[in-house]
Amino acid sequence: MNKYFEYITNGLIKENPTFVLLLGMCPTLATTSSAINGLSMGLATCFVLICANLVVSLIKNITPEKVHIPVYIAVIATFVTVLQLILKAYLPEIDKALGLFIPLIVVNCIILGRAEAFACKNNALASICDGIGIGLGFTFALTALGLLREFFGAGTAFGLTIYPENYASLLFILPPGAFITLGFLIAAVNKVRGVSEQ
Amino acid sequence: MQKLSDSLTNMAVVLTLIAVITGGILAYVNHMTEEPIANVEKQALEEGIKSVMNDPDVVVAQTIDTTMTLPGTDKESAFTIYSINNAEGEKAGVAVSSTTTAFGGDLQVLVGFDNEDNILGYSILKTTETPGLGAKADKWFQKGEKGDIIGKNPNDEAFKVSKDGGEIDAITASTITSRAFLLAVKRGYLAYKTACEPKGPVVSDTTGATKSTPEKETQEKDIKTPKSK
Repeated sequence: MNKYFEYITNGLIKENPTFVLLLGMCPTLATTSSAINGLSMGLATCFVLICANLVVSLIKNITPEKVHIPVYIAVIATFVTVLQLILKAYLPEIDKALGLFIPLIVVNCIILGRAEAFACKNNALASICDGIGIGLGFTFALTALGLLREFFGAGTAFGLTIYPENYASLLFILPPGAFITLGFLIAAVNKVRGVSEQ
Repeated sequence: MQKLSDSLTNMAVVLTLIAVITGGILAYVNHMTEEPIANVEKQALEEGIKSVMNDPDVVVAQTIDTTMTLPGTDKESAFTIYSINNAEGEKAGVAVSSTTTAFGGDLQVLVGFDNEDNILGYSILKTTETPGLGAKADKWFQKGEKGDIIGKNPNDEAFKVSKDGGEIDAITASTITSRAFLLAVKRGYLAYKTACEPKGPVVSDTTGATKSTPEKETQEKDIKTPKSK
């Protein structure tokens, strides 16, 4: 059981897809203009990741080696489309905020990467745990990034005003702010992980 | 269990199976969500109309979808004109959905007019403007805000940003968005006048406003007869 718990915690800091593996940079930088957007994008990716990991680990033995990429992509694309339809029907606000980035989860390299690197070699339970771990790690990273950008750029946190907008620096909401904030966050995470200077 | 070998039959069978299963799942989910999605869209439009008409009890009496070429553009643009009645069944005005190209892409607005052609309210239906700059248009022009357009008539000469000689304050650092927004409102108004009044609108002559650019003037002068679909 310890092994499975480790899979989950692994994704949070040690193998955090954003801060450590530096995967999936496009949605990371583009959707984190506010904390709530980052959180929704993270959870959406988390859902697809868990489902895709589960299915890939279940069908790993009936998939011939030469066609495994198209099979995985078909599986991932199905879950993404299902997610998009459900969001459109029941959570239109989130669908509006994330827009184009929901369909783009299909090509998010974290998902295909985990299918390739983990799910096709492990059993279903381990794959689910890995999906939860990596998914939550991604969600955590996007929420943190979104929260900081929103705080410095608009003076709010999750939409609540912390200080007047006039004192906020718009730069953080705009694309350069995403790179700057991400850089500082990666530095902070490296410090926490104790990466030695070489 | 041994992994399936890479024979042609195996590959064809697996890919076909995957395609059929995923196709089936998608068809099912699509069917299940079709109605809720249509409801959400309809509700969003109704809410939008109610908010731009500034009256929660209005009903849409008639919907006109039209395409016309307005002066100053060589492209046909699509407008949707909703004729609105109030709760007593009298005509309360119209709401027009109109699209222009702004700084970041298409900007679609829904504007409500009363029977005297004054603006009752507006709502941004679609925008790709920069967050924190042009995207502020959803609040900036509302009643009591800095660029208040509520109660104004888009046919007025002064219905322009102050930089172009008008009396409306543009969004700070987003003049392009502000111009596009006002143009969308104005074109919505022209489309409604052209579609609903057989003689065409009486458009005020704007040659007096020397500060505006020449192209702008032709844009805002007379109107061609609409090319109906």
